[in-house]
Amino acid sequence: MSESTSIRERERQIVDEFSMFDDWMGRYEYLIELGSDLPLIEDRYKTDEFKIKGCQSQVWLRPDYRNGRVYFRADSDAVITKGLIALLVRVLDGELPADIATAPLRFIDEIGMKEHLSSTRKNGLASMIRQIRSYASSVTAEA
Amino acid sequence: MDTTLTPATAALNVELLRKDFPALHQSAHDHPLVYLDNAATTQKPQSVIDRIRRYYESENSNVHRGVHFLSQLATDAYEGARRTIASYINASDPREVIFTRGTTESINLVASSYGASFVPGDEVLISTMEHHSNIVPWQMLCERRGCTLKVIPVSDEGEIIYEEFERLLSERTKILAVCHTSNALGTVNPIQRMIRDAHALGVPVLIDAAQALPHGPMDVRELDCDFLCFSSHKMFGPTGVGVLYGKQDLLESLPPYQGGGDMIESVSFEGTTYNELPHRFEAGTPNIAGVIGLEAAVKYLQKVSPAAISSYEAELTDYATKTISSIDGVRIVGTAKRKVPVMSFLVGDIHPYDCGTILDRLGIAVRTGHHCTQPLMHRFGIPGTARASLAFYNTFGEVDALADGIRKAKSMLMR
Ligand SMILES: Cc1ncc(COP(=O)(O)O)c(C=O)c1O
Repeated sequence: MSESTSIRERERQIVDEFSMFDDWMGRYEYLIELGSDLPLIEDRYKTDEFKIKGCQSQVWLRPDYRNGRVYFRADSDAVITKGLIALLVRVLDGELPADIATAPLRFIDEIGMKEHLSSTRKNGLASMIRQIRSYASSVTAEA
Repeated sequence: MDTTLTPATAALNVELLRKDFPALHQSAHDHPLVYLDNAATTQKPQSVIDRIRRYYESENSNVHRGVHFLSQLATDAYEGARRTIASYINASDPREVIFTRGTTESINLVASSYGASFVPGDEVLISTMEHHSNIVPWQMLCERRGCTLKVIPVSDEGEIIYEEFERLLSERTKILAVCHTSNALGTVNPIQRMIRDAHALGVPVLIDAAQALPHGPMDVRELDCDFLCFSSHKMFGPTGVGVLYGKQDLLESLPPYQGGGDMIESVSFEGTTYNELPHRFEAGTPNIAGVIGLEAAVKYLQKVSPAAISSYEAELTDYATKTISSIDGVRIVGTAKRKVPVMSFLVGDIHPYDCGTILDRLGIAVRTGHHCTQPLMHRFGIPGTARASLAFYNTFGEVDALADGIRKAKSMLMR
């Protein structure tokens, strides 16, 4: 299967935006700002079912499958974490499950954040991505 | 070696002492490293590193096993380390010093061996401020033996509520297991008095001294504690080694912990007889290099002078407390009257993880989270804190760097 062009396009946009900052502080501040755009999960869904394990902060992510596409709502009590989820959601929201499950998600490396993330953050991010992919694969299998 | 050490009476020359710790002199994310995570583990002086290297270069051999030259050398070094450490904590006899993997294993050993005789109805008394490693082994024991875990509450300042301790202590208490110093709050507990009161009811006492030894020596005979547990890596020694001190008659009455080589006297398929103290509790090849490295750390601390360390750290604690708490919106969690330089703090409603991330970017190493004390965090109604834990090699300038870092984190994260 070929890579989704709209996912790739949105990744490129993010890479462009981040390339405007030449220091880590700018990137972090922008990341924190993006966190406020995240479509928030309703409080009643902040349950164990939608909690992502393996993060130092609390992270909830609720995928929703409608008309063949997956939409996400999420939240975290830590703002940097929230910014990272917001990036993922921005790239993947409203895409086909099969595309989400197979998206290589190169932008995380490309925005130069990866070297700035501590190993606990990388683990947290990895478990978010794992959870998103596994949800996407499960609805793909159903479809 | 150790040419930079100050005489016992002089004030600590911290800048000079720092030269003994190679890991302190590097940058992190293009900033000079400010290492404030000493409660997690401390850096090692060159003399410890050199001693371990010398062991591997010229003494490496198994202990207690060989007739040959090298084995004798290694055994002498290993047993010599036991004597040094025994005398450092003023044990009556080196056989009272058992080498383990760390505080965690020391506590597990006592819970397993001493706890083997517990019966339903017996109680284990701990406090709310214990590290998970002084909680979980007792929970497991209580589950196995049908005993009850009792927990001494702590005050809003992070001190043991003494009247509650007195109320919970009874003839049913089979052991009191408490920390000397809290890793999450920095509180120094009134251990001497607690031991006296426990002994008045015939209750033996285990002290988790993991966070005490990095700040000064201890005297087990003066304290009269029954067990004392600590970790080498938190007192400037290598990782992977720790100590269980136990009173000799008590240790002699305990069944072995793990079975294997070295802990036996003779083995046959009909039955095995066990070795004497301390070997009975040291099954298998021990961490020889680690033990020898720990001895080097103890010798280093002795040379620096415990008195100078303790008066410098008292100043450092005061300064850090004042500096950090004067930042608008910062709350220090743990404000006990007696404290070591451990500062657990919250900045407004900023998540500690975010705060720690920004500090890390500025080269400042703190720990964030629950610090393996979830019940304590629960007691304070918080998920965790950011914690700056200082050692004698930290400077007032580093405290200022932390304060600047917190201000920067605030400006980036507060919204
Ligand atoms: C008070 C206290 N007890 C026990 C431990 C466990 O020590 P270790 O992990 O070295 O076994 C620690 C370490 O964080 C501690 O701070």
